[in-house]
Amino acid sequence: MPGITREEVAHLARLARLELKPEELDHFAGQLDDIINAVARVSDVADQDVPPTSHPLPLTNVMRPDEVRPSLTPQQALSGAPAEEQQRFKVPQILGEE
Amino acid sequence: MTATTDLVPYEEALASYDPVMGLEVHVELGTRTKMFCGCSTELGAPPNSQTCPTCLGLPGALPVMNATGVESAIRIGLALHCEIAEWCRFARKNYFYPDMPKNFQTSQYDEPIAFNGYLDVQLEDGTTFRVEIERAHMEEDTGKSTHVGGATGRIHGASHSLLDYNRAGIPLIEIVTKPIVGAGERAPEVARAYVAELRELIRALGVSEARMEMGQMRCDVNLSLMPKGGDKFGTRSETKNVNSLRSVERAARFEIQRHAAVLRSGATVVQETRHFHEDDGSTTSGRVKEEAEDYRYFPEPDLVPVAPSRAWVDELRGSLPELPLQRRNRLREQWGVSAHDMQSILNAGAIEPIVATIEAGADSAAARKWWMGELARHANEAGVEPGALPISPEQVARVAVLVKEGSLNDKLARQVIEGVLAGEGGPDEVVEKRGLKVVSDEGALAAAVEEAIAGNAAIADKIRGGKVAAAGALVGAVMKATRGQADAARVKELILQKLGVGES
Repeated sequence: MPGITREEVAHLARLARLELKPEELDHFAGQLDDIINAVARVSDVADQDVPPTSHPLPLTNVMRPDEVRPSLTPQQALSGAPAEEQQRFKVPQILGEE
Repeated sequence: MTATTDLVPYEEALASYDPVMGLEVHVELGTRTKMFCGCSTELGAPPNSQTCPTCLGLPGALPVMNATGVESAIRIGLALHCEIAEWCRFARKNYFYPDMPKNFQTSQYDEPIAFNGYLDVQLEDGTTFRVEIERAHMEEDTGKSTHVGGATGRIHGASHSLLDYNRAGIPLIEIVTKPIVGAGERAPEVARAYVAELRELIRALGVSEARMEMGQMRCDVNLSLMPKGGDKFGTRSETKNVNSLRSVERAARFEIQRHAAVLRSGATVVQETRHFHEDDGSTTSGRVKEEAEDYRYFPEPDLVPVAPSRAWVDELRGSLPELPLQRRNRLREQWGVSAHDMQSILNAGAIEPIVATIEAGADSAAARKWWMGELARHANEAGVEPGALPISPEQVARVAVLVKEGSLNDKLARQVIEGVLAGEGGPDEVVEKRGLKVVSDEGALAAAVEEAIAGNAAIADKIRGGKVAAAGALVGAVMKATRGQADAARVKELILQKLGVGES
């Protein structure tokens, strides 16, 4: 099982917008390695004949009819917003484009 | 800001390079509710009035698939001649952007619901070009952001952004082509024709109105160049959200010229997204893709797999309408018009009104004549599609029948149409109110003919001498005398008869 490198942790941290100190990179690399190795043990018992699954229940095609259900009021929707303006969620300026 | 972009003249660019395109089209489905929750998709609602814990991504909320959304996706796939997955899943596409409240978009990754298809498109001259379809997959739309503090809603210089999540979660189908090669100088035309044909198809299926100006259908144009005769694709640019047919064509053309200039200068094309500018048809650099995008896709654990039964797929296949191109070809044959004329009829948005007018009893030549002539002109002036004019196909058919019967001539018929458009009532009512009937009293006509001949002796002599074409002047005189209310063909007959000349 290949180990998780510092660089990979740094990459993930950047994608997750987390600021990690150098010592934390090493710390998490070790922890992630442990977690992945623990999960990888599934492969020891699940052979090719066991299909990979992404849901605990053997269900397919759970759908609902295309019928409108009540929504939240705008006040309810915005109640958890850190800031609002013109009945909209207010967020800091978005950097990095144009 | 685009004045500095170097461009190679189009013909020169095409002399050295072959364009390769990939088109990604997003179609917003016309379902009543969102893809994973029961919030309404109605347009024009007050901001954030159509949201719930699921589409806001609040903790503990669980999504459930919209059955109509899945059905629409399968029908689109089938109409594009795709294979339909026997089993597929949704995936989370992870990224941070405020228009995506969950911090991931529920999409499909390596298991699209439809794949490996094609769409035949027809170019202006009638040539058919086959565009191969890579896949069509289900996903959801994002919220709408307004940037405040900068110029006209742009991000640049904005101090903050405002988010309305009414649109977040509305079902989208993303349709991706395989690389389109071999179109050469016609690449921009192919791009436009493809998006136009796809729009017709989506509308024929009734799954969306696909109005590009409303953002219900949006196109990303991927383009690269390879040296002529080569087989290795160049680096591509991705021009995002090109939102009209004309813009799709212009964006492709601009990028061909720009790429050629970059390559010819010895530089390399940067892989990046670009923004299209409607005003001058240019594109400008957006976000540079420094590293391969890393969305950390993984199967969506909150949704169960979609496994459409073959029986359901077959049933949906059986319910597909005649595809637009086939239908146009069939109508073209029935009507006996050229591919080019049919293209004009399509571009004018007149196919449906003409079909309905023929069904209402008009012959096809007359139906085409009125919708592509008088009515197209009125529609143009009003800036609407012909079908939106306040005259029904039945009324147009009635006018055509009155002309055929000889109780109206073309000039009077135009007045009748004007009357109907002005809200004066149906054709018969307008005829009645305005007193628009051709003079069919043979006695009155004969008198007018006599008079015209007497008053134009020189012309009458010419006609007697065999110059039948000169009769037009006498017909004109009679029409004037009857204030346009005579049947011109009958008048001509009478004149020739009177002068003892048979029509050859």
